[in-house]
Amino acid sequence: MKHLLSVSDLDATAATGLLDTADRLKQALLGREVRKLPTLRGRTVITMFYESSTRTRVSFEIAGKWMSADTVNISASGSSVSKGESLRDTALTLSAMGADCVIVRHPASGAAHRIAGWADRDRASTGTHTSIVNAGDGAHEHPTQALLDAATLRDRFGSIAGRRVGIVGDVLHSRVARSNVFLLATLGAEVVLVAPPTLLPVGVAQWPCRVSPELDAELPALDAVMMLRVQAERMHGSFFPSAREYAVGYGLSADRAALLPDHAVVLHPGPMMRGMEIAPGVADSSASAILAQVANGVHVRMAVLYHLLAGAPE
Amino acid sequence: MADDRRGEPIGASPPVRELLSAADVTRTVARIAHQIIEKTAGSADVVLIGIPTRGTVLARRLAAAIAEFAGSAPPAGAVDPTLYRDDLRRRPARALEDTAVPDGGLDDALVVLVDDVLMSGRTVRAALDALSDHGRPRAVQLAVLVDRGHRELPIRADYVGKNVPTARDEQILVLLTEIDGSDGVRIRRAPTGAEGDA
Repeated sequence: MKHLLSVSDLDATAATGLLDTADRLKQALLGREVRKLPTLRGRTVITMFYESSTRTRVSFEIAGKWMSADTVNISASGSSVSKGESLRDTALTLSAMGADCVIVRHPASGAAHRIAGWADRDRASTGTHTSIVNAGDGAHEHPTQALLDAATLRDRFGSIAGRRVGIVGDVLHSRVARSNVFLLATLGAEVVLVAPPTLLPVGVAQWPCRVSPELDAELPALDAVMMLRVQAERMHGSFFPSAREYAVGYGLSADRAALLPDHAVVLHPGPMMRGMEIAPGVADSSASAILAQVANGVHVRMAVLYHLLAGAPE
Repeated sequence: MADDRRGEPIGASPPVRELLSAADVTRTVARIAHQIIEKTAGSADVVLIGIPTRGTVLARRLAAAIAEFAGSAPPAGAVDPTLYRDDLRRRPARALEDTAVPDGGLDDALVVLVDDVLMSGRTVRAALDALSDHGRPRAVQLAVLVDRGHRELPIRADYVGKNVPTARDEQILVLLTEIDGSDGVRIRRAPTGAEGDA
């Protein structure tokens, strides 16, 4: 594995391999006072975030640090990006400084692919073999989020194949939904998208999933329900009449959560808009695995860095 | 590296030769268990830590044998040294193995590291580093089923099932029922280029 840009880079074997590595890393660190492994000593990992983030950026940074990589964080504001430097120049600058891995979040879909192409093409001039990880590009993909969701489901259920997972809400703007649909399908789960018709992307009929407009009808048969954040910052138009109406139609209220089977688990990629897509009581209930998702995020990102950086360069 | 004896045409040893039979393996494990009991004077703080995958199985067997001979089984676990290896960058990323430190932890324990084959000593070096991140044992000893020589580090086993002089390009195959369906230790002339890493 050279870059991680999309879940379509992963077949079932590769995805399962990453999840297994994440499990083993969790085991290796369990109950330890010193959470430090020497594995990536001397490697440099740079996070380059053009959008705000709490958990993704911090968990990549922790993942790198726990494996002894040197981690550096840059954001668009406060870097030369605010002076007008192009994405290509910024990325190649980081590569020329010796970044073994650049983790990119960008509002434009495909940004990570472009950077990976530049880094590969200009490798002779930068002198560094830089791996690129997509940490969210526009409404396209967020592969490590899908991996940590899969890890959380596997923790709960032992396996993913045959499980039915509902993904509910703003699918149109959600890179989390897109990555999850394809990864969970690769791992053998049955995926159901539930969303208002205005928040479904064009081409969703070709995705490996079913689409349903009716949340209440789906809930009793779901093993897991993943609530998506309504991405107000990406909405330049009216997609639903009001927040209140959205919450009534597609929010996971306590009454709705009661329709889920007893074993079902509630997921949310965060940040949550409590009262909008998920009721506070549901988010804090025993069915909620939202904090487990966060904890798994660190191990999954360690696994990604391990697979990209620990072995011999390809 | 040329070793012409291994090209001999007549009366050449078969490509795979048995070093220990199933019964030998059982006897050897029992002998190491007795040696551990004797050398540790039956102390209660012994913890057996296997190096995956076959070391883990051997650690469990040794614990069972010690229980049979001394009355109580020491805790047995596993520590995967992969994340501490010095040769990670020499080949594609390896799969990680199980780590399972017994509940009591390793602080002030007498840890006996258990592996199937001792060769360069690099795996044991990595395992020692991994152990020290899990706690501070009062002492660490090493038990191996086969010591085949070719050490690259100043490491020596406290308990050795069988010393086997080998050529560098030969392979030692340790078979254990739990993993391989039967017990035994064999030696095989490896295809050129392949080299063990134990």
